Amino acid sequence: MASDTQFRTCPTTGLQIHLPAEKLIKANAVAAVVFLAIGGLFGLSVALTRWPAVHLLPADWFYLALTAHGLDVLLVWIIFFEMAILYFASAILLNSRIAAPRVGWTGFWMMLIGAVITNIAVLQGKSSVMFTSYVPMQADPHFYLGIVLFAVGALLGCCVFFGTLVIAKEEKTYEGSIPLVTFGALTAAIIAVFTIASGAIILIPTFLWSMDLVSNIDPLMYKAVWWAMGHSSQQINVSAHVAVWYAIAAIVLGAKPISEKVSRLAFLMYILFLQLASAHHLLVEPGISSEWKIFNTSYAMYLAVLGSMIHGMTVPGSIEVAQRAKGYTNGIFEWLKKAPWGNPAFSGMFLSLIMFGFIGGITGVILGTEQLNIIMHNTLYVPGHFHGTVVAGTTLAFMAITYLLIPLIFQRELIWPKLARLQPYLFGIGAAGISLFMMGAGTLGVARRHWDITFTDAALKFDYPGAAFLMMGLNGISAILAALGGILYILIVVGSILFGKKVDQSIMKGKPASSVVGKYGSAGTLAIPGTVVLVAVFFTTFVLYYFVNWKYLAEVWPLR
Amino acid sequence: MAITPPEERIWWNEPVARTELIWIIVGFMWGLFMFFMMIYWHGAGEQNLSNEAYRITPETFSAKTTEMVDKYKVREESNFPVVHPPPGSDVYLIGRLWQWWPILEFEKDQSYRLHISSLDWQHGFSLQPTNINLQIHPGYEMVITVTPDQAGEYSIICNEFCGIGHHTMIGKIYVTE
Repeated sequence: MASDTQFRTCPTTGLQIHLPAEKLIKANAVAAVVFLAIGGLFGLSVALTRWPAVHLLPADWFYLALTAHGLDVLLVWIIFFEMAILYFASAILLNSRIAAPRVGWTGFWMMLIGAVITNIAVLQGKSSVMFTSYVPMQADPHFYLGIVLFAVGALLGCCVFFGTLVIAKEEKTYEGSIPLVTFGALTAAIIAVFTIASGAIILIPTFLWSMDLVSNIDPLMYKAVWWAMGHSSQQINVSAHVAVWYAIAAIVLGAKPISEKVSRLAFLMYILFLQLASAHHLLVEPGISSEWKIFNTSYAMYLAVLGSMIHGMTVPGSIEVAQRAKGYTNGIFEWLKKAPWGNPAFSGMFLSLIMFGFIGGITGVILGTEQLNIIMHNTLYVPGHFHGTVVAGTTLAFMAITYLLIPLIFQRELIWPKLARLQPYLFGIGAAGISLFMMGAGTLGVARRHWDITFTDAALKFDYPGAAFLMMGLNGISAILAALGGILYILIVVGSILFGKKVDQSIMKGKPASSVVGKYGSAGTLAIPGTVVLVAVFFTTFVLYYFVNWKYLAEVWPLR
Repeated sequence: MAITPPEERIWWNEPVARTELIWIIVGFMWGLFMFFMMIYWHGAGEQNLSNEAYRITPETFSAKTTEMVDKYKVREESNFPVVHPPPGSDVYLIGRLWQWWPILEFEKDQSYRLHISSLDWQHGFSLQPTNINLQIHPGYEMVITVTPDQAGEYSIICNEFCGIGHHTMIGKIYVTE
């Protein structure tokens, strides 16, 4: 048993906070934010280079910056933050001590050292192979080594999380089942184990190949296994940020899942059907059959998509129920209008929910449709899609929960609360713009990972339509907006941690503690007409956009 | 709340609200529909990738392409040979650092068996402005039957990053009436 001196009681939530757990959360969150800053600046330089009127970087620096951008934000920022979420959802939410904090620290340092090594490899200039590092293009050995170290560190973090669940259960720090948010974090951690194993299976041989110890890596096999890591890790993000949505709705509004059973089942679907994500990267590859593609992108039923569609109703639904219980019952949307839009945790969370669904989610399904992929593969549509999921969805959700972690874990008040209110809107609108304009350019055929769409140095010439240039310009402007939002976030977070006033008891008053919602199954609490309208709009958009793309496809050259 | 253990210990027995149930059913049916749509398009649609592919060495593929170029070359353009193969024939296209080789000339509404492979790294075949995108691997020969249905000048962009000259990698396909 841990001694009482290792705990403090949170004055506002009454949670027992294990100090070693708190330290680990702090370290991981801080590392995450640092790499968000680095990766974000690389991202801005990429967007400014792709804006033809600006064309900031020379070609070699562009490809270097793009590689670093992908690694630092898609991998390092997100996984570090997810470690913080795992420790929070286990030790803190379960009132438990954390398992083996030393292992947690070992994991942390491995991740940090790995991330630094890979960044050095990229900055040395001989590893501009993009985040995906498709063979037979080769990076320096330490490029792969850093990623492997980082992944093993993350695996240790997952083990600490699992261990903490076991300890909490044995020491009976909670009653009944684990909370939904912890359940969501558990799904993320289980998927992470699968993901990291896939990464090891492909990156360790690739590392050996880069040292001439293995003679050949088949490029198609590499791609198939690499994406079992590359896209499954996006499923970790989805599980984690959906858990964050539920957590924010609960902490800020006292919202409670409409049905524990449905929400948990939806999380479970992510585990059971996650592999389909890796399949949809292989839709226009040689040597893979249509049967394989169709089955593996859908498992005949699209159940992982269904999981997200369920959360898309249950998260806003739980908010609507909580708001209506507080008396915001006029009309269909009073509950939404009177929601705490000035609270950056809530606004960030709700924007993340809407944009993940409408922008990232719908387009992901379209991209993952066997034949439709022909008109989109490797165009800017692809990064457009995943900036909708990972930036507007995951990153914004993680930013939103930071505003709750700063008073709760760092015990500091936010500096610049007024600017903090603006931050989610600034970043969210920027991210939505990046996403939409890149998809617009992709629909016009603009290639991703491409330094010069004017083809100045090419032997043969090609002109993209003027609209494509317009899209790239708008994308650049959106990137500036998002970067401003990102810089603001980093300044507020770092400033609050360093210079924020120590939290006194009043800061989080009026937040959670008691459940405002009635019992399950009582008809009165379950009227969610506003959510039904939102969901209906979403579904209509989804169906229309799906058929629009089949129409586009029907216009290209017949292929057999 | 979502951050505390479920109020009802036996939460898996609680009834599911009708709204949720309807949405789950709608979502599930839509998933089924999207699954069958892909299969339907294989029968009714005109844009489907063949499943034809072979393992091949860069040397063999290069030799086959050169043979075709020698046979059907009609002119040169910017140091690229332009080939005009007969309709229905096997046509070879090489992707390599950093060009698509040779330039092809097709006739409108005629079908060609197009073989594509890479001699070095991975490349992205991106035919513009029609917007057909394929991933080209070294060691694999992809075969698709194309039927250009509009005359004009088309460009093949590379849209898989292939090193520092990636953005200069352009090929051409002409479609004549």
